[in-house]
Amino acid sequence: MCLAIPGKIEAILDEGELTRTAEVSFAGIRKAVNIAFVPEAGVGDFVVVHVGVAISRLDPAQARQIFKDLDIEVGQ
Amino acid sequence: MKYLREYRDRQLVEVLLEKISATLTRPWVLMEVCGGQTHSIVKHGLDQLLPASLQLVHGPGCPVCVTAQETVDQAIAIAGRDDVIFCSYGDMLRVPGSHQSLEGAKANGADVRVVYSPTDALLVAQENPQRLVVFFAVGFETTAPASALALAQARQSGVQNFRVLVSHFLVPPAISAIVEGAENSVQGFLAPGHVCAVTGMEACQELAARYRVPIVVTGFEPADILLGILHCVEQLERGDAAAENQYRRVAGDDGNTVARKWVNEVFEIAGQNWRGIGTLANSGLRLKSEYEAFDAAPLAAPPVLDADQRDCISGEILRGIKKPPQCPHFGTRCRPEHPLGAPMVSSEGACAAYFSYQ
Repeated sequence: MCLAIPGKIEAILDEGELTRTAEVSFAGIRKAVNIAFVPEAGVGDFVVVHVGVAISRLDPAQARQIFKDLDIEVGQ
Repeated sequence: MKYLREYRDRQLVEVLLEKISATLTRPWVLMEVCGGQTHSIVKHGLDQLLPASLQLVHGPGCPVCVTAQETVDQAIAIAGRDDVIFCSYGDMLRVPGSHQSLEGAKANGADVRVVYSPTDALLVAQENPQRLVVFFAVGFETTAPASALALAQARQSGVQNFRVLVSHFLVPPAISAIVEGAENSVQGFLAPGHVCAVTGMEACQELAARYRVPIVVTGFEPADILLGILHCVEQLERGDAAAENQYRRVAGDDGNTVARKWVNEVFEIAGQNWRGIGTLANSGLRLKSEYEAFDAAPLAAPPVLDADQRDCISGEILRGIKKPPQCPHFGTRCRPEHPLGAPMVSSEGACAAYFSYQ
């Protein structure tokens, strides 16, 4: 149930406080996602989406940390 | 997919497994709280790759599984009303009620529809003003913001025919109940990353301090889970008991303050009845009085049941006391196509994970 997957914001479709909506690409599959709870997120950012609502803006620096810490190179 | 695939990398997994093995000096028992983590562990065979002295037990973090039998029966009764369109996440449809499931009610003519999001249910309400549209709001802290969003939108736009049957649960009281249980063997917790993406670290810090137990916020891909295990085991070996965040790319230490603001606008904390665990104080959400008009509960009273389904040992499964293969009905009388209880139905139920992947 708490499944949430990352997708990239391609365009902002609505700027209403509760209806702020983006077109989000999940590896090419595009879907309208409510982004009211991630006001800091904009076009080009990755957001983590759960039941049609973005709950978090993904932090790219933190995402790379594990590879730095373990000195591993993985194709990003 | 970017930000998923790289955390399934073989070399990364091997390095983490080596580090875990090198850290262990004695046996430890850890619990992964979230059903999504359980599925990842069993699907990717992590339980078989890890040293035998490290035991993983599976936690209660499957909202479909913990939703009480009474609530499922109440949902089915509401769905059976002629004036109702009943909207639910797909996971809930096959959960057996006392007499039938929502899927069975649909086969008997009830208007039951699967939706992806609470806002989709609100859209159904706006498209069908002559019918009552009821959304079955199940889930933990991760899902409550989406329910709150749909309710706040409904209130702002004055939608009159939208109702919500609330079955929201909070994770920290369940962790407390597990630690305080007489049969508890868990020495460290992998906390559910997407719950913490909303709640932040505060609740984990309180639990770690109160029970002197390490709690590591953990993600869902194989490398995420191994990283959580590594940090939990390192703490145990050092004798530490702290809350630690190893899923920072998604879960900031402060969580999502905007989402929490809206959850607090719509809901207040209340007691909640957990399947197989019982009623726990302050472990769920209910609508605030300003949102009472949206409450679907008055549409049908929940039944009074003697006990949860007697043949299903979901209570022991959800508290991590037993594993699915220890149930006499696992894989025989109880299978995904004929489930005796919720943990065999849900895509995150421990029984379904073992049945699918082992």
